[in-house]
Amino acid sequence: MAKDSIQPRRLPKDYKSEVKPTWCPGCGDFGVLASLYQALAQLQLDPTKTVVVSGIGCSSRLPFFVETYGFQTAHGRVLPVATGIKIANPELTVIAVGGDGDGFSIGGGHLVHAVRRNPDLTYVVMDNEVYGLTKGQTSPTSPLGFKTKSTPFGSADAPINPMAWALASGVSFAARGFSGDPKQLAELIVEGIQHPGFAFIQTMSPCPTFYNTFDLWRARIEDLPPDHDPTDRMQALAQAFRDDAIPVGVFYREVRPTLESHTRVSAHPLKKNGPEFDVRSLLETYR
Amino acid sequence: MFVETLLLRMGGESGIDNVISAGDILTLSVARSGYHVHTFRTYPAEIKGGPVMFQLRAGVRPVPSLGDQLDVLLAFNEEAWELHHQALRPDGVLIYDLGEHDAPQGFNGVTYGIPLERLARDLNLRKGKNLIALGALCSLFGFDFQELQATVKEKWGKARPEFVESNRIALLAGYQWVKDHIQEEVPYRLAPPDPTHEPELVMSGNQALVAGALAAGCRFYAGYPITPASDILEEMARRLPGLGGAVLQTEDEIAAISTVVGASIAGVKAMTATSGPGFSLMQEMLGLATMAEVPVVVVNAMRAGPSTGMPTKMEQSDLNIALYGGHGDAPRIVLAARSVEDCFYQAMHAFYLSETYQMPVILLTDQSLSHRTETVPMPDPNLVPVVERLRPSPEEYASYRRYALTESGVSPMAVPGIDPTPFTATGLEHDEYGAPNYTPAMHTAQLDKRGRKFEVVAEALCGIQPPLGCLSYGVPEEEAEVGVLAWGSTAGVVRETVEELAAEGYPVTALIPAVINPLPAQRILHFARNLKAVIVPEVNRSRQFAAWVKAHTELPLISVNKYGGLPFTPAEIRAKIMEFLVTRPTKELAQEVTYG
Repeated sequence: MAKDSIQPRRLPKDYKSEVKPTWCPGCGDFGVLASLYQALAQLQLDPTKTVVVSGIGCSSRLPFFVETYGFQTAHGRVLPVATGIKIANPELTVIAVGGDGDGFSIGGGHLVHAVRRNPDLTYVVMDNEVYGLTKGQTSPTSPLGFKTKSTPFGSADAPINPMAWALASGVSFAARGFSGDPKQLAELIVEGIQHPGFAFIQTMSPCPTFYNTFDLWRARIEDLPPDHDPTDRMQALAQAFRDDAIPVGVFYREVRPTLESHTRVSAHPLKKNGPEFDVRSLLETYR
Repeated sequence: MFVETLLLRMGGESGIDNVISAGDILTLSVARSGYHVHTFRTYPAEIKGGPVMFQLRAGVRPVPSLGDQLDVLLAFNEEAWELHHQALRPDGVLIYDLGEHDAPQGFNGVTYGIPLERLARDLNLRKGKNLIALGALCSLFGFDFQELQATVKEKWGKARPEFVESNRIALLAGYQWVKDHIQEEVPYRLAPPDPTHEPELVMSGNQALVAGALAAGCRFYAGYPITPASDILEEMARRLPGLGGAVLQTEDEIAAISTVVGASIAGVKAMTATSGPGFSLMQEMLGLATMAEVPVVVVNAMRAGPSTGMPTKMEQSDLNIALYGGHGDAPRIVLAARSVEDCFYQAMHAFYLSETYQMPVILLTDQSLSHRTETVPMPDPNLVPVVERLRPSPEEYASYRRYALTESGVSPMAVPGIDPTPFTATGLEHDEYGAPNYTPAMHTAQLDKRGRKFEVVAEALCGIQPPLGCLSYGVPEEEAEVGVLAWGSTAGVVRETVEELAAEGYPVTALIPAVINPLPAQRILHFARNLKAVIVPEVNRSRQFAAWVKAHTELPLISVNKYGGLPFTPAEIRAKIMEFLVTRPTKELAQEVTYG
């Protein structure tokens, strides 16, 4: 506690790095970034003990804009890299970020496994239903019939329902927010970080350049019903499958053992607190 | 007659005859009696059924290769005879299951029928056939029976104490049956062990590799099951938690290396191991580790490819992907282990290089090396320095630049949660701080930085001595006429053949580097300076190592390639050397033998 009195209270702007965002004006990801600054400040997270990890895509540029440790990895690999960081040092706060292409297409295979292992990570997906960095192709969440340069006759592939997918895979925390409501989104991110386990946060984050859904989504977004029970996975799934609206809020939460509760580097080599080990004692067993 | 080495093979049906477990226990007991051993095994890729074989080569002196013709074949069934009789020397010993199948026709060696199945049935030991066979072998060939009994009791008794008594009975039944029914002396027995030779360790390549990695400080391992690397995952899973480390079985090989890269960024020495197909999947993340300068160790236990290929057969055909597999300008350190003992040292070496130079290191082994066992003198972990990566000093905190353009190319790497200097690592081209930067000047400068590290490695490695550096065998290079330049597990057979030829008076020498990239080109040129022929044997069709050496030295090389899924034998190496030898020893000590 004494330490807190020495360290001045960090403000959201204190988490802002010197690297300026490369996003287009009006990009939903600005709202997500602002929410993240807000959440980090609200939790007073230590930038030297926080790692923001991403894959590849517009939204995966985010770690550069945050004054914490960061790692922008390869396309689709954010979750296994983040898992490795968390296992290596469970004291770190690890926040994974990325887009719908990164998380649900090229990295889709990792999502279910991260979810089932339940590492204590927060995964913020900025879903804009389009590929932005490669300049406007269809994405795994794009609507059926979506016309882009890669689908000039309309996409023939039905979209993924990421919320239902995460819930059906057994996620221990699932929420949805909207970049147009950074205040609520910051609250959801705070809850996600505080959740002891894998927190999946789908953020509806429109792309003004290639698929401007801002007004469309704003009109359809509404809070989850007041009587929604976030401990009921079936209720959460029913909300995830709604097509009359885009509900936002905490869909589901449960506390179950995390990955690091059984699989972690308990003796970090740089802290030199591991057991004494002479390999010759191991080698002797081969006589 | 006493012989210096004895080569014994057992063939049977997978899942029925328990050939491998019998072979392993016999090997350990023979090694404990003071012999050197070298085993080889083949087994089907199927779960149950199919032919399996185990061979033990034991000697009073080191046995670096699997040998040539069999002295003894124990055929548990007729198929084993069909499959292996051609490998048996014409005057060899055949043991078959009397009463279960007929004595094979057309074999002029010594044949012993032993009723293995019947004895097992009479004693009501349905699974005891392999132990009955071991008891019989012991009796016939004069292996130390007490040692065998003690080894079986110690190794199998703990897991299944209820079988200690039946195991004892089975061993004794085979032993006694031979004593009672076979009076004649076998044509050869191993000479008594060297009494000054202390029994050594008996390990597989994969076990030695795990020990080396742990000695180097590896505390995180991630992997996806794949033959022949799965037992590295299993061994790590047994050992690491007790050392404060962790193991994760991931959903695929991409996740395995990604998790390893993550753990390393967080300051933990980390490794993954795989085989060809998995290694193909890891290429992109290896590129990220190069670009973001993250130390990782990746083991590729090579098997016959391409694609799924032959999962349980060896090949040295992944050198090209190890060297060239990634996109972009990304040189990698590639090491190749040469023996079981070397698996220990090169695993330590891989971590040393990877942590020192902050880049991926690829360690190549292969199926024959991964799964064979050998006697190994107790390795000395102090021969390889254990290092921690360079991290920022307090004076550097204020102006910390993760990718500072240093003279050596190595720049301090801050660790989250440990160092108070946050930065963002990235696969994008970046400036000294890590921020994306696509300017021509910065790309050139950072490529030079990463390239410089590699040049510094090359320089640092040029003078390294064994056990890490080049191994030499045979006559001194300046006296040699023919030289053999080999890599990886082919080292053993080359060593044995070249040493034999040199002892017979032939001017033959061998050089076997462990560091394949950066290649010790000057050392190889020096080796070749007086030679009339340099022979490069490798188990692949595309002459990958020869092409790599040629690219660096422009030496004319004679390739010898074998690509059936099996390692070279001494006779094959000897025959090739003989083709190019002009000078014969003045006293023709050896007769040139052509093997079938």
